[in-house]
This record gives sequence, C-alpha cells and structure tokens, in this order.
Amino acid sequence: MITKTRWVPDMFEERQRQSSPDVVYQIRGLNVWYGAQQVLRDITLDIPRNRITAIIGPSGCGKSTFLRTLNRMNDLIPGARVEGEVLLDGQNIYAPEVDPVLLRRRVGMVFQKPNPFPKSIYENVAWAARIHGYRGNMDELVEWALRQAALWDEVKDKLDQPGIALSGGQQQRLCIARALAVKPEVLLMDEPASALDPIATLRIEDLMRDLAREYTIVVVTHNMQQAARVSDLTVFMLAGEDRVGTIIEYGPTQEIFTNPRDKRTEDYITGRFG
Amino acid sequence: MNASARDMWRSRPRYGERVLQGLFFLSATLSIFVTFGIAWIMLSESVAFFRRPEVSLLDFFTDTQWTPLFAEKHFGIVVLASATLLITMIALAVALPTGLLTAIFLSEYASERVRRVVKPFLEILAGVPTVVYGYFALTFVTPLLKKFIPVIATFNSLSAGLVMGIMLIPMVASLSEDAIYAVPQSLREAAYALGVTKREVVTGVVIPAALSGIVASFILAMSRAIGETMIVTIAAGQNPRLTLNPFVPVETMTAYIVQVSLGDTPHGSLEYQTLFAVGATLFIFTFALNLFSHWFVRRYRERYE
Repeated sequence: MITKTRWVPDMFEERQRQSSPDVVYQIRGLNVWYGAQQVLRDITLDIPRNRITAIIGPSGCGKSTFLRTLNRMNDLIPGARVEGEVLLDGQNIYAPEVDPVLLRRRVGMVFQKPNPFPKSIYENVAWAARIHGYRGNMDELVEWALRQAALWDEVKDKLDQPGIALSGGQQQRLCIARALAVKPEVLLMDEPASALDPIATLRIEDLMRDLAREYTIVVVTHNMQQAARVSDLTVFMLAGEDRVGTIIEYGPTQEIFTNPRDKRTEDYITGRFG
Repeated sequence: MNASARDMWRSRPRYGERVLQGLFFLSATLSIFVTFGIAWIMLSESVAFFRRPEVSLLDFFTDTQWTPLFAEKHFGIVVLASATLLITMIALAVALPTGLLTAIFLSEYASERVRRVVKPFLEILAGVPTVVYGYFALTFVTPLLKKFIPVIATFNSLSAGLVMGIMLIPMVASLSEDAIYAVPQSLREAAYALGVTKREVVTGVVIPAALSGIVASFILAMSRAIGETMIVTIAAGQNPRLTLNPFVPVETMTAYIVQVSLGDTPHGSLEYQTLFAVGATLFIFTFALNLFSHWFVRRYRERYE
C-alpha cells in the first residue's frame, strides 16, 4: 500500500528519461493559446502513477487550462491552440491519429460544480458505459462505481431517483462514480470540493486518498490546505503581467510546503498573495 | 437638531406617485378583465345556444353533420373539430421535426457565421402575415401538389396543413433553441469528459435536459395551429364534412367562424349563437393545452434544474 511518506525521491532526477513505468504523463514544452492570447508557457512536467498531483496557484494562472490539456477538453473551446507534447504512457495525445473521444475514456474528469445529468442516479453512472458497449452486468458496474465513490450506502435504495435530488456533496461523489464507471486510468479533478461544505470536502478528500491506490489523480485546487492534506506532489503555477501561466516550482508536497525554493512559492503558500 | 428633524417632515402628499401606481395597476389588470369578459360572453351565448329546443348537448358531441346554415340543421361539432385536428396534425408533422432539428443545428452544430445568417431568415419567416401563407398555399402549394396527386381538390387540408407547418417552424425552432441553448455548458463538458461523441452528448444529455422547453414549444405550436384562421379559411375550404381524407375540402372551427361572421347574420339568431358555441369549444381546446404546457414545464423544471 502506498502512503504519503513513501514518495519516490528520484522521480525528479529521472525526469529527463523518455519513459518510466512510474510516470503516466510526460508533458514537454507545452504552450497553449486562446486565440491570440497565450495562456500557458513552456510547461514541462512528469505526473507519477498512482499518486495525487495537486496544481495550486492564484486565479487566472492557467491551472484549469493545464488540467484540460490532459484530456483535450480544450478542444471544445473555439480558438484554443496547443503546442508541445503531452505523452500519456508514452503516446502523444495531440498526435493526429489520436481520437480525443477515445482518449477521454482513459482520462476521467470531475468538475468544480457537481453536474449530474438530468437522469436517475443509476443512469448517471450507466449511461457512458452503455454507450461504450459495456458487456458485463450493468447493475454490478453501477454498484461497483458507487461503492468506489463511497456513495453506495446512501443511494442504494433510491437508484431510480434523479441525480439532481442528492445533496451537493453526494452529487459530486455521483459525478466521481460516473467518471469511474468508464474505468479510466487517470482522474482529473478541477477544484472538486470548492462548491462543497467542509464536511463534504473532507469526505471527497478521504475518497481521493482511497482512489489514489488505483488511479492517478491530478487535482486543481486553490485551497492550499487541501493540497497539503491530500497530494503527494505539488505544482505551483503563476501568471505574470502578460497573463501567461507557467510552472514556478514543483516537487513533493512536503517540500513545497515546508521548504520552497522559490520566493514566489513561499509568498503564495504563506498567504502573502493569491 | 430640531432643524434637521424638520427636514424629514412630509411637506405634502405625493399625488403623482399614487396616480402612476394606479396606472400601472390598471394596465396589469386590463388583460385579466378582457379575458374574463371574453370567457363570460362566450359562456353566456353558448348557454343560450344550448337552451334552444332544436339543439341538444348530446347531438353537439355525437352528431356527424354540421349544417346550421341549412334548412335541415345539424350541430355536430366533431365535424369542425376533426378538420381542425387533421390540419393541426399535418402542420405539426412538418413543424415539430423540422423545427427541432433546426434548433439542434443552430445551437449545437452551426458556426457563429451560419447562425448569423439563418436566424434572421427564421425571424423573417415568423413575420410573414398569415394571409400571405394562405395564398401561398392556395396558389402555389396546391397546384404543385396537383402535379403529384391529381385527385386533390383546389381546397384541401394537406396544402393548408403543410403551409401552416412551415409557418410554425420558426416558432418551434426559436423556442426549442432557447431551451437547448440554456442547457449549461458544464453538462455538455461532463458528457464529453466521459469519452462520448458529439451525437451522443446531444441526444443523451442535451435534449433530455432541454425537454421541458422543447415540449413547451411543441404545445405552443399546437395551440397556435388550432387557433390559426387565415390559412385554413383561404386554402382548406368551407365544406363541413367528417373525413380524414387530406385531399378534399373541409371546414375548421376557425374557418366556420369566419364564414358566419362575414355573412349578414342577425344578432341573436341561431347562426349567430353557433359562433359562440364553436368559439367556446376552441377556447377550451387551447386553454386545456396551455394548462397542460404549464403543468409539464413546471414538473420537469423541478426535476431537472
């Protein structure tokens, strides 16, 4: 079992290596534009397998944009343009032969605001799996996904009720279950607890720790305590005067929070700006 | 201190304020009074109609002939109502699919440039006076249909229904598009993030989420079709007959009202009173549809928003 202290320290020395079994994403020289405005500059980063990587930084620093490059959600935004490489298990996801629809089956996503479909709890979980031609027992899959998302016990007697009828925290766990039901390798979470109360937030964080045993999680948060509590690796991003976001510093969470190398990181985590 | 307290004393009543308030209130209640007035007149005149010895409520609903203008009088509203419903169904068969597909295209597929061209054209279509549609049906669509269906009469429900359908497309398209456009982008993103195609996002998530608005647009189109007068009067004929054949002349409820209103019908006569009986039936039709629409929209909103 993997715990927070058992961090692989040679991760960063090894990041020049083209492929490593411990690395899920290798991002190389990533630049992103929205129309004429550049929003991300020269992002180079490795994201390790079965770990939680937190991306922190003030509003407008490009955290969410970066997260969305990992499953090509930015493709949906007209005028978005990407340069550089994002390798998922060694394969560049921006290569012309890659189908973003199939890519997204391997990379699930949970959004800031819980957004269940206008369907029953059951259908919320089963819908995508059915489209993907899931052949197994759908009831079992739904139960499995809801158990993984720590929601099963609360909803098992009302699976036919609309997902929207649940509380905010339950809705967000339903959205996590929905994402897990398509069996992704990676789970991207865009401020998954920012719309929730503190108790629901803690439940989501506990859940993330459990899920990290089987999934690679990348979470964007502007709650620094949250990043410190749940993540193994922390990436600090910042946008300059030109509004172009870039990575200032990244490393094991403990290091970033206790001994940041960059003055700007220190200023941010001690609450001097942001 | 005294001086500052006196500053706040009322010098005189603000009459202007009250006059304006009254004006606003009158404007707001005017339509309510008018509605009640119309309902009252229709109801009282209809009661007078059914009180006549030659009229019976049972015949009104079961008789298969409508001949109040002839010596041998029959009052089977089914004759007129069936014509209205036949043409309405033809119109909806055109307007609902075309309107909905237009709405989906505009909100989900069209580029901003195409949208900017198509939407004004739809609005122009919505602004065409119905009398123009009526003559379009009579002088263009019917001759065209005659080339394919030689048995079709000069006045027929098919032509009127088709053109009425065209008239309703912009309404269905624009209201459905509003509903589809209002579906939060976050729902679409959530669906895309699960690795499904655009078609699956639209059919599986966006349309179900917009369903209440789409159905509301359908119902509104239906009640507009039932009440539509000009097209059917011009293109469908004035021959009250009970048929589902779309190629022969019929007479809808609205066309009958026009026919009698145009003639010199003496006030208080039987013919005069049939107007109100037909009008009341029409009123009940559209009123029931509106109620249903309200109920449906509210029920689905509660569940899905």
